[in-house]
Order: sequence, then structure tokens, then C-alpha cells
Amino acid sequence: MIRTRLFLSCIAFLLVVLAILALHSQQGKQVWITQELAANQDLVARLALTDLALWTEARYTRHPALADFFSPFQDAPASFEHFPAGSIIAPRLPAVSTTLRVRKRPLGGSR
Amino acid sequence: MPPIIKTQQVNKYYNRHRADEVRALADVSLTISQGEALALNGASGSGKTTLLSLIGGMARPTSGTVSILDKEVSRLPERFLADIRRQTFGFIFQQLNLIRDISVLENIQLPLYPSAIPIAEMNRRAEEILTRLDISTKARLKVSALSGGEQQRVAIARALINRPQIIIADEPTAHLDSSLAGELLEILSELNREGKTVVLATHDPFVSSHRLIDRIVRMRDGRIIGGATG
Amino acid sequence: MTRLLKILEYSLCSLARRKFKNFSIIIIYSFTIAALASILLLTHSLKEIAINVLVDGPDIVVQRLAGGRHDPIPVHYAQDIAKLPGVGRVNPRLWGYYYDSLYQTNYTILAVHQDLPSLEMVEGRMVAANGECTVGQGVAKAQNAEIGDELLLINSTGVGYSCEINGMFKARSNLWTNDLILFTEKDLQGFFAMPAGLATDITVEVFNPREIPLVAEKIKRLFPDTRPVTINEILHTYESVFNWRSGMMLTIFASSLIAFSILAWDKATGISGEEKREIGILKAIGWDTSDILTLKLSEGSVISITSFLLGISVAYIHVFLLGAPLLVPVLKGWSVLFPPLQLAPYIDMYQIFALAFLTIVPYMASTVLPAWKSAITDPESIMRGW
Repeated sequence: MIRTRLFLSCIAFLLVVLAILALHSQQGKQVWITQELAANQDLVARLALTDLALWTEARYTRHPALADFFSPFQDAPASFEHFPAGSIIAPRLPAVSTTLRVRKRPLGGSR
Repeated sequence: MPPIIKTQQVNKYYNRHRADEVRALADVSLTISQGEALALNGASGSGKTTLLSLIGGMARPTSGTVSILDKEVSRLPERFLADIRRQTFGFIFQQLNLIRDISVLENIQLPLYPSAIPIAEMNRRAEEILTRLDISTKARLKVSALSGGEQQRVAIARALINRPQIIIADEPTAHLDSSLAGELLEILSELNREGKTVVLATHDPFVSSHRLIDRIVRMRDGRIIGGATG
Repeated sequence: MTRLLKILEYSLCSLARRKFKNFSIIIIYSFTIAALASILLLTHSLKEIAINVLVDGPDIVVQRLAGGRHDPIPVHYAQDIAKLPGVGRVNPRLWGYYYDSLYQTNYTILAVHQDLPSLEMVEGRMVAANGECTVGQGVAKAQNAEIGDELLLINSTGVGYSCEINGMFKARSNLWTNDLILFTEKDLQGFFAMPAGLATDITVEVFNPREIPLVAEKIKRLFPDTRPVTINEILHTYESVFNWRSGMMLTIFASSLIAFSILAWDKATGISGEEKREIGILKAIGWDTSDILTLKLSEGSVISITSFLLGISVAYIHVFLLGAPLLVPVLKGWSVLFPPLQLAPYIDMYQIFALAFLTIVPYMASTVLPAWKSAITDPESIMRGW
């Protein structure tokens, strides 16, 4: 059963590698949380940052959280799409928390 | 001797109820005794291979019954039929049907892979049979590297690994020269002397006339025309 | 157990007979898994980092719109907003974008109070006086500058403006500060020629997080030309970035799954004559249907499980140990200043299991199903077919 032993050894090896990587992940996460999370949170709080500095090619890719619905059109309706950033950022849902309901008041009457 | 195989009014149709329907076996009733060496004789298309398939549990009759060791097997579920095939029969095919890219040892042990028999026991049995058939030095070689006679012995070894009571051989000498054919029949004679039942399908008169054969059953057009009772 | 191990042995023997083909399948399969898993790991990590850090961002950012486009906001809006109940600090923010035509990069320039205390993520010191600046690593690299060097930019009137770099953000903050330049407020107003009394936007602190939507609504009523963006909306942006609805993710996943389906379909469209013959032989010598199917399942499992484990390991190493060098060019796009990805190894096990299910199951099915017909056929029929 040489082949079976060899195969099971390979699988065991891969599982050990995965276990080591899982441990690395746990440890890495802990290190990040203890050493970097607080410092980055402080940075974001002090500088009032709202977005990751990933895609710097356009306003709506640099600050997707603050972009409005028209930003992708930039200065002209036919302006170019920025790829892949524009495709990666999913279309935002309407901002529910800042919508208003408008009711008409009857003339001369109370609400 | 008590009957080991019994067929009663067995019919086998292929492509039933279609325009190209073929009646391969017609009302075949045959009794084979334990320890008997029987030859099914007939021209090509006479139904010999079909009858062997039904006897060996490789196919089911359209009607009629097949009994092996007093157990009616025609309507058994496939799993039980496979068990009977594995435990009771050893098959030697016309084309040998060895798997060419694996070793002699692996070919011989093939019938035992799905069984609960441990590897050590499988190896022990294989070693025993390889020695008996004088091919133990070829155990690790691929079948494709063997001569015709050696491959034939591998096919016999595979048929014997399960210690079957019945050996079924379909045209075993069809592609062999007379010397190899004689060798094969001598091995089968030896096995028959040990008490194994041997059922051969052949249209080779050299086989039918060999001293191994106790009885010849003649077939034509799917029917038995002689030698049905022993 | 013995039976399963023996059938596994035979299945390995079977696979070894077509070494080159099966090895190639493992390579391609592992590569597909590694590519998909890399994307999943990278995007999930970025999302987790963003969300975990941004919770400390501003509660509300108030923008002003004119004609549907962003416009500077009057600073006096901040005074009225500060009077709303439940509102804490209200800070007008000055910031903007600068295009450096020499290096063809965009920077974000942000004004800070001169008395802002130093940050752990800054090497050197924070901006303390006019004529000084603090820069991100990406800016420093683009300009080939260090602390103490001069940063030369062109202001809105086309005149050169230089400031001394007295601080640099550490690499550990690159995801937030890679393209950032900090000026004093006076310097930024002068640089962008921003009139006094205007700001880019206003940040609002709300004491009770549950009142944030209410305060945002009040701001909107108070100043209908504004657009308050709450912290929840900011977080939601990053929860849904890399969402499957986004075009890029959909394209990548669809392409990978289609490629994989082609592989599986090619297997599933039928087994070769050689394989049929072998199944016939096995059935004839005493293997039953379940043994044949166990054999095929075993063959499929060997390939798919090995490939999956290998692919996932490679993906993890690629993303978290090597910084995703093969994905960065894909993600970077037109960004000249794309930060090196040193990510926290967040893993979403649900995604990994989903990936396993979507790849292992179809492959095993594509191995077992074509053999099904032969496996359930009487051996005699298979043998006659030769």
C-alpha cells in the first residue's frame, strides 16, 4: 500500500501546512489588533479619515464613501471609467439615513 | 455428485420488443455437477458465451431460473450477485482481459480489492498462486511486458485468487498455439482434480477432445441439442 | 476501512497510469483555487481592516452640493450644527486633491491644526508651522524625498510652492496615508486659493451613536443644500466593496467558474472506451456497482482534495506572506500610488467552505457520473460492447 501511504503522507503534510498557516493567521491577527489597530484607529480619528488610500486615480475611487451618485460622471457624461477600481467598488445603495419625507401642509391649517 | 449449477427453461433476449430483437437462448435447461468438467460446444452465435454469462452471474435471464449451489440467483440484487461472482467463480476470458498498464501482482489481486481481506492475506495468496504457476519472478512487471503464455497464466492466477469452486473459461484457447493450449488445459485438469468445477465454452475440437472434459454439451441457435444431462 | 483503503490504493494506481494528465489537472485545478482564494482572502482582509479601523472615523461628514456636485461648505454652518442637541465637536475640514504632472500622481492634501499632538504612525513630527508638511510613504517614494527634504508642488496660480518634510507616515499606515500630505490650514488655503469662510466639508461628533441618523436628518433639514454622510454609510461602503455585485468580482468569479465548468464538463461528457473496458473487467471479476462508484469517487477526491489544499495554502502565502504580487497589478488599475499590501490575516471560513463546496463537489460529480452508466450495467453488456 505504498501509494496509499505516500498519498496520505502528502495530505497530512498539506494539513500540517494549513494548520501552521491557520496559527499564523491567528497570531498575525492578534499582533495586528494589539500593535496596529489602536494606532490606526487613532490616526483615523485624529485626521477624520473616511477611506482607504487604495485607488488614487479619481475622486470617487479615492473617497468612495463620500462620493455622490454623480461623481463617476466626473466632468462630462462621456468621461472615462476608471478600471478596475470603478468596477470593484459596488454601486452604493441609497443613503437611507439621510432621506427626507416631504409632506404638504394645508394652507392656513395646522399640521 | 450433487448439482452445483442448474438452469431451468432459461431464455435470454437482447433488444427485447424492438425491431432488432435477438433470442440468444431458448428454453435452456442444464445441470452441472460439482467437480465436473464440462465443454459447451457450438459455432459462433450458438449462445455459448451468453449461457456462460448467465451461469457466472454476469447477466440475468429474461425468463427461467439459474441456481448456483442450490440458491436461485436470477433475481438477486446486484450486490449479492457480485458477491457470488467474487466468492464462487473464477473467470478466464477469451481476450484474457488483463489491465495492461498495471503489474502482474495488481492484476491478480484485483478481485480482492473490494473485499475485507487484509492486504497481508492478499499478498500471501498471490505469492502462493504465482509460485504454483511459475511466474513469481514476474510479479512486479507490467502485464504488457509479458509473453502470451505468461499473460495466460496471469489470467488463470486472477481467476484463482478468490479460491473459487467454479472456473468459467470462454474460448480460452482461441488465441493460443497448440503448445500453450495444451499447457492451459493441463492446468485446468489439475484444478479439476482438486475438486473445482470447470465450465468451458469452445468450438475448438482440440479442447472438446481433451481428457479434461467429462461431458460435451452441444448448442445451436441458442438451444441445447445434445449432452444436457450428465 | 480496509476495503476503503484498498480501493484508494487501486484508485491511486489508476491515476498513476496517466501521470502527466492527472498531474496537469492538479496544477490547473490548484491554480484556479489559488486565484479564487487569493481574491477572497485579499478582499475579506481589506474589508475587515477598513471596517475595524473606520469605526473610529467621524460620526457624520457634512458635504455641500451645488448643481449635484460637491461645493465648498460655509464654515458658519458648523456653528449652527454645533447648537443641535446631542452634537459634540464640529470641525470644518480643509482638504483637496493635487495632481502632480511631473510624476503623474494624485495626492490628497489635508489641513490639520498646528497644535495636533503627534501620532504614533508618524515618524519625525507632525506639521507644526507654515512651510512644513507631513507626507505618506507613497508621496515620499514618488518624490524620492526623505524627512528634511523639500516637497515642491505647483499651486492653483501656477506658482511653485515648497515645504519642508518634517514628518513621514509609517509604512504600517500606508493603507490610509500612502498618498496623504498634511499642511497647516493657512498653507492649504493659500495653496488651493480657497476663500476664507469656506471649508471642504464639516465633521460632526454625536455623543450617542444611536442618535446619528436623527442628527443627520436634522442637519439636512437645517441646511437642505447639504448631504450628511453618516459613519454607518461609510462602513456600509466598505462592507459592500468587493461585493459579488461589483463588476470586477463578478467577472473574475464568473470566468473562473466557467473555466472550471469546462474542465468538469469535459470529464463529464463520457468516459473513454478504455475506462469502460476496465469497469467491465472489474464487474466481471466480482466488483459491484458501489465498489466501482467508490473507486471513481476516490479518484475524484484524490485530485480535488489535493488541489484544494494546495491551492488554499498557496493563496494564503501569496496574499499574507508575499503581499499579493500577482493580484496587485490587477487591482491597481490607473493608480500610480498603490500602497504595498501588508494585510492582517483575516479569514472568512464561510467563504473558504463555500469555495470548497463549489469546486470539490462538481469535480467529484464529474468523475463519478460518467462512470455511473457503466457501473450499473451488467458486465456481460459491457463485455459485449468491446
